[in-house]
Amino acid sequence: MRRFLGFVKKEFQHIFRDVRTLVILFGLPVVMIILFGYVVTNELKDVRIGIWDRSRDQVTRNAVNKILSSGYFVLAGTLDHEKEIESLFRSGKAKVVVIFEQDFEKSLVDEKRASIRLVTDASDANSAQLALNYLQGVLAGFFRSVNPDVELPWEVDIRSRMFYNEEMKGVHMFVPGLMALIMMLISALMTSVTITREKEFGNMELLLASPLKPREIILGKVTPYVLLSLINAGTIIFMAYVVFEVPVVGRLWILMLECLLYITLALSLGVLISTATKTQQIAMVFSMVGLMLPTILLSGFIFPIDNMPGILQWLSTIMPARWFIVIVKNVMLKGTGFAFIWKETLILLGMTLFFIMAAMRRFNIRLESK
Amino acid sequence: MIAVRDLVKKFGSFVANDRLSFQVHKGEIFGFLGANGAGKTTTIRILCGLSYPTSGEIEVAGHDVYTEREKIKRKIGYMSQKFSLYEDLTVSENIRLYAGIYGLNRKYIARRESQLLEQLGLQHIKNQLIREIPLGWKQKLAFSVAVFHRPSIVFLDEPTGGVDPITRRQFWEMIHEATREGITVFVTTHYMDEAEYCHRVCILVEGRIKALDHPASLKEQYNSKNMNEVFIKLARER
Amino acid sequence: MRILYTLLVKEFKQIFRNRFILPVIFIIPVVQMILLTYAASLEMKNIKMAVVDQDHSVASRLLISRFSGSPYFNITLQASNDKEALRLLHRDRVDVILHMKDDFEKKLYSEGSTDLQLVINAINATEAGLVKAYCTRIIHGFNSQVRSDWFGQGTRGSVASLEIIPAFWYNPEFDYKIYMFCGILVILVTIIGMLLTALNLVREKEMGTTEQINVTPIRKIQFVIAKLLPFWIIALFELGFGLILGRILYDLPIVGSLWLLFLFASVYLFVVLGIGLFLSTISGTQQQLMFMSFFFAITFILMSGVFTPTESMPGWAQQINIINPVAYFMRVIRMVLLKGSGFRDISHDFYSMLAYASVILTLAVANYRKTT
Repeated sequence: MRRFLGFVKKEFQHIFRDVRTLVILFGLPVVMIILFGYVVTNELKDVRIGIWDRSRDQVTRNAVNKILSSGYFVLAGTLDHEKEIESLFRSGKAKVVVIFEQDFEKSLVDEKRASIRLVTDASDANSAQLALNYLQGVLAGFFRSVNPDVELPWEVDIRSRMFYNEEMKGVHMFVPGLMALIMMLISALMTSVTITREKEFGNMELLLASPLKPREIILGKVTPYVLLSLINAGTIIFMAYVVFEVPVVGRLWILMLECLLYITLALSLGVLISTATKTQQIAMVFSMVGLMLPTILLSGFIFPIDNMPGILQWLSTIMPARWFIVIVKNVMLKGTGFAFIWKETLILLGMTLFFIMAAMRRFNIRLESK
Repeated sequence: MIAVRDLVKKFGSFVANDRLSFQVHKGEIFGFLGANGAGKTTTIRILCGLSYPTSGEIEVAGHDVYTEREKIKRKIGYMSQKFSLYEDLTVSENIRLYAGIYGLNRKYIARRESQLLEQLGLQHIKNQLIREIPLGWKQKLAFSVAVFHRPSIVFLDEPTGGVDPITRRQFWEMIHEATREGITVFVTTHYMDEAEYCHRVCILVEGRIKALDHPASLKEQYNSKNMNEVFIKLARER
Repeated sequence: MRILYTLLVKEFKQIFRNRFILPVIFIIPVVQMILLTYAASLEMKNIKMAVVDQDHSVASRLLISRFSGSPYFNITLQASNDKEALRLLHRDRVDVILHMKDDFEKKLYSEGSTDLQLVINAINATEAGLVKAYCTRIIHGFNSQVRSDWFGQGTRGSVASLEIIPAFWYNPEFDYKIYMFCGILVILVTIIGMLLTALNLVREKEMGTTEQINVTPIRKIQFVIAKLLPFWIIALFELGFGLILGRILYDLPIVGSLWLLFLFASVYLFVVLGIGLFLSTISGTQQQLMFMSFFFAITFILMSGVFTPTESMPGWAQQINIINPVAYFMRVIRMVLLKGSGFRDISHDFYSMLAYASVILTLAVANYRKTT
């Protein structure tokens, strides 16, 4: 036992001496939360628009004012000519151009109809759609206020409730995914790298020749990362709560237990990878590209799984992160109990056992072949 | 060729080289001996321009180590403990690489290369990757590459590590050959028997020079049959 | 000059003898580009809806038919009370609940206005926003239909209507894939450039051969160029490869000048490789370097506008983006490929990159020490 603890202590020292990696390991979740919380949102603001007012009457001027004071839009320039639209778009100076037809007010009063053209730079399809929606909303509202005598009758009023996230904060979506990603990164990547490093520098043989049993070596290598991962998970939850008011609606202990399960899974995966890689380089590249990237893309972290074509949906089922995200969403954001997540938990458990057994078998084989 | 006066190198508060003073004459084989950790590699790195001295006056090949490092590098060769040939390049590619770096022209390189390969008996493996050839050949090749451009001085840092005695003997023959062509050799080692092959020997103990003379004189002075005994007696002196 | 050539020969030989490099350059990009583009769609399809219709009137049924007829929605449940619907929402079996009370149509006739309720699962705020927007669009359509079909006759005279005509340039089919593909190409080229360069350098440091190089009269700048140039070429090749793939797989439009794109990419790569080089001069081990590059790469990529427009980011983020080279390339590639922007349109970005490259390369070379 004392041997083992001595070994674990050495591992800890190793990690803490590498200040640069440590800084990044702890700093990464913080930075990621800030990024996802503040930066990666799909709300529009300060959309640059160009205005071509071919009428220049009272109504259009008021309409323009309404648009510019809505807070969503910023005036990029006024146009006098159709050709200017192209250059505005090409140079990126504006994303939308609003065109009021000639004699706007007159048409509205006399003929009871007038038209506004909204030309959008749709190379960014989603932003274009959103910008359009906003504009239509502003214009509709303006139009209503201008024609009070015409109460658009038979109005359908929409009352909407946003469940689990009343204020529609973007962060909620990302917290589970972030946790999955970071824990996978620390546990799988770091473990595979550190074990491979010993192999590469020849220390592994030394260790194997020592009185430490192989499983003690593995456990010893892995223990510091369990701690680090848990701390990181906690940091993420804490920061999300404090900075962004993401609630922890469910029971914290269930959440932590599931985290532990996931960490174990990632660790065993890391060990498994290390049994197959000879150099650190390979371990790192494989972990990054073969693990991280698919996790980010296919786990439902950013992109909804339902939208993906069949094969990818199938692939996503073998991503542990996918199931973990479902668990965290349910426990943390919806507050459901164990009854709802037993299926996913079982899947994770199964994967963990599989990885552990595979790793152990491979490790023993390598020993014998020595 | 090399003139060192009061060289000091400190790493923090640890003094690796403590006021070393010595000179190396043209054409001689100068042995820098000492136990592991005595400070030999530190000195050689400073002389090659790989490391800054903390203080002291040092001149190599007629140039000052503080101000004219790049000029020095043109006139020296170096072979490190790891033999530093590129493992993933072939024998021929390594030769051509280093020769090219020293600015030799292509025809000259081609001619010398085939000469060298013949001398070493390595023509049959000239297109093999370094990582596939045996250690002894690697070592000889590394040396040849280090002197390929006919430098004035060649620095060898523990060049015979891990190699069998016969190969070591052959290696030292190569060193003698180089001296015959006028190259000064500065070699560090912890194998005391190799000291016999040097013209003069400098023994370093814990960062300080404990002895500096011809091997024969040292053996007489310390009443020893071989350099090993000399070293043990020196090391015991406190 | 010949020294440079000698060094380059060595670098290329080493790169291509590395068994890894070739799959990394070819297979991984292909896989990524295929996967990502299909996965990375923020479009909404098959939004699962539960309808709670307590009215069962002509009006309510009309509205429901509009939803069921829309390709975006998939009505999976019609119930008479909301308990079942809420349960499904809780279990993620539906994304939105449409609830109409029993006086839906009555109020329309008697009071002239009525209401309905939408309950949306907003954990993914972006999705929720889009769901709401789509629902709103359909409901407004229903609204106009009701107004004109049923009551239009008598009131057409006094109701003025405003026609809003949208036009979508450069992407009339609203193909989100192409936009994402550009982003992915940028990410790929960046990562390959930065990572491979940095790894290469530190690997040599760890192997000890850098020492042998430092002893020779090679000048720092020759060494640095020899380390950068091969990967610069490889990354540019990657770009070309990616463009061809995009053309074949997704019919990627190439509206603008490819020369311009490659010109900009060349300068951009000097910046990115320079950053990788600089990072390697401050890392001791491959692991440290990997982590640092990963950190910077991920941060820069997320902030570059690949998923969300940079203009929507908070002020401080946009400030940071001034030193984020990825943001520049992201912008330029979309402008040139999709809109056909010319040199004048990207000149500001181009000159910024030029300045950035000079600074970072100077820093990297200065920081590289032959003597320690």
